[in-house]
Amino acid sequence: MSASPLPQSTRPEFAALREDFPILHQQVHGKPLAYLDNAASSQRPRQVIDAVTHYEEHDHANIHRGVHTLSQRATDAFEGARKRIAGFINAASERETIFTRGTTEAINLVAQAYARPRLQPGDQVLITWMEHHSNIVPWQMVCEQTGAKLLVAPIDERGQLRMDEFERLLGPRTRLVAAVHVSNALGTINPVAEMITLAHDRGVPVLLDGAQAVPHGSVDVQALGCDFYAFSGHKMYGPTGIGVLYGREALLEDMPPWQGGGDMIRMVRFDRTEYNDLPWKFEAGTPNISGVVGLGAAVDYLGAIGMDAIAAREQELLAYATERLLQVPGLRPIGTAAHKASLLSFVLDGVHPHDIGTIVDHDGIAVRTGHHCAMPVMEFFGIPATARASFALYNTEEEIDRLAESLLRAREVFA
Amino acid sequence: MDLKDLYRDVIVDHNRSPRNFRQIEPPRHDAEGFNPLCGDKLHVYLRLKQGVIEDISFEGSGCAISVASASLMTEALKGKSEAEALTVFERMHGLLAGSDDNIGDPTELGKLAALGGVREYPTRVKCASLCWHTMKSALTGTATATTE
Repeated sequence: MSASPLPQSTRPEFAALREDFPILHQQVHGKPLAYLDNAASSQRPRQVIDAVTHYEEHDHANIHRGVHTLSQRATDAFEGARKRIAGFINAASERETIFTRGTTEAINLVAQAYARPRLQPGDQVLITWMEHHSNIVPWQMVCEQTGAKLLVAPIDERGQLRMDEFERLLGPRTRLVAAVHVSNALGTINPVAEMITLAHDRGVPVLLDGAQAVPHGSVDVQALGCDFYAFSGHKMYGPTGIGVLYGREALLEDMPPWQGGGDMIRMVRFDRTEYNDLPWKFEAGTPNISGVVGLGAAVDYLGAIGMDAIAAREQELLAYATERLLQVPGLRPIGTAAHKASLLSFVLDGVHPHDIGTIVDHDGIAVRTGHHCAMPVMEFFGIPATARASFALYNTEEEIDRLAESLLRAREVFA
Repeated sequence: MDLKDLYRDVIVDHNRSPRNFRQIEPPRHDAEGFNPLCGDKLHVYLRLKQGVIEDISFEGSGCAISVASASLMTEALKGKSEAEALTVFERMHGLLAGSDDNIGDPTELGKLAALGGVREYPTRVKCASLCWHTMKSALTGTATATTE
C-alpha cells in the first residue's frame, strides 16, 4: 500500500485527552490497543471513574429516603447529575429527564406507557429500515398487544432514509414515529428535523433513538422539537446500566406509570395509591445511583471539551478512515450516506467479517463484527454481517493506519 | 499465539474450496443450523443407507472457520456409521471446547485436528461447532440446531 496522502493530523488537544482514558494504555496480543468499537461501548475517562469511586467511597446511601447525612449527599449527587444531564440535552426541565437502564428500556417505557394505552386495532407505528433491534422489537410487542400495525420506511442503496416514502407512509392512522437519529450499523445521520416537521404537521409525535447521536454531536431536544429522546450512558463515556428518556412534560404527565414500586409513589393504601411527580413517577425502585453520578461526570467531561469540537474531530477521523480504508483492495463500505457519524461499516472480498475481527484483534485492534443488532439492514444489503470501525474523540489517524495495514494482512491470510 | 495456529493451511483451503458444497435430493436427512450471534447459517444434508452415511453435504454462509469445519466434516463422515458419526461428534466437542484432559489423541481425528487451534479463541468455538450440532440434528431428526 502506498503511503496516505493525508497528513497525520492528530490534534495535540485531542492527543492530550487520550491520557484521560486509562484503559487505552495497554497492550493486546503484544500490540498497543487500538479501540475502534466505540459504537458498541465507549471507554471511561479518569474523571468518570473518579466520580463513581468518590461516590462509592464517601457518599453512598439510598436516595430520597433517609434524613441522615449520607442519604442527603447521595440524593444531592443523584439529582444534581440529573440537572446537568437535562441541561446537556437542553431539556426544558429536569422533570423531563427520566433515568432508565439504557436506550432499550427508555424505548420500552414509551411503548408500554405511551403507546399501549392509546393504540387501537388498525393504528400504525412508523419506524425506519435502519433501526436497531431495540427500536423494532418493543413496537412489534406493543402492536401484538393492541392490534396496531408496524410500518417500515425504506432506505436507499447508500443507507439513507427515503424521505418520499417516509412522508407517504405517514398516514391518518399513524400514531407514532420511532426513528433512529444516527444509525449504529451504517453511520447515517437521519434528517430528523425534517422528519419531525413532517410528522408534527400531521399531529404525529416522534421518538428518537439517540444512542449513537448524543456522544458525537450537540443534541438540543427543544430545538429538535422531538417528543421523546432516548440515549445510553455507556456510549457517551459514562457507565453501563444507565440511560435517559427525555419526554415532553405534557406527554409524560398524561402517561400512566410503567413499573410500580418504591419511589414512584406519593402515598400507598391498599385501596388507592397516589403516584409521585415527574420524573420519579417513572423511576420505581432504587435506581442506579452510581451510574447516574458517572453519567453526570461524563456530561461534565463532554461539556468541557465541547460537542462541536468533538464532532469536528470525529469528522476528520471519518474522512481519514474512509480515504484510507478505501485503498484496501476488495473493501466495500456499507453505508455511504451524505451525512454520516464517525463509523465505517465494511465488507472485504474473500474474508468473512468474523475472520476480520479475529485477525485485526491479533494486531491489537478492536472492531465490531456481526449484524450489529440490525438484521434488517444486513438483509437489505444482502450480507450476513459487516466489520465496523467506530471512532471516538480519543482515536488517532495512526490507529486507522494500523487497521488498514491489518486488513491487508487479513487478505494475505486468505490469499 | 500465532494466527497460523487458527488459520492453518487446510482450513484456508477448505474455506476457499468447500467440499461437498451442494444439496442432496430426498430421500435424505437434513437440518438447519443457525448462529444468531453472528448470522452464520448452515444447511446439512445426509443420506443414510443401512445405518451408514452414504453421502453428506452442506450449504450456507459463514466465516472461514465455520465453512472449513463443515467441509472437513463432510469428508470425515462419509462412509461412517451413525454410531461412528456420533462418536466423532463427541471427539470434536472435546477438541473444540473440552478441558485439556478430555481431548484425547488429536491425531486420531486426522485432518479434523486442524480445527484444534479454535480452542484458544473462545469467541470462535461456536463457529467451528455449528456444523457438528447441525449434523447431529439431521441424524437425530431435530430440524434446527443453534449454537446459542
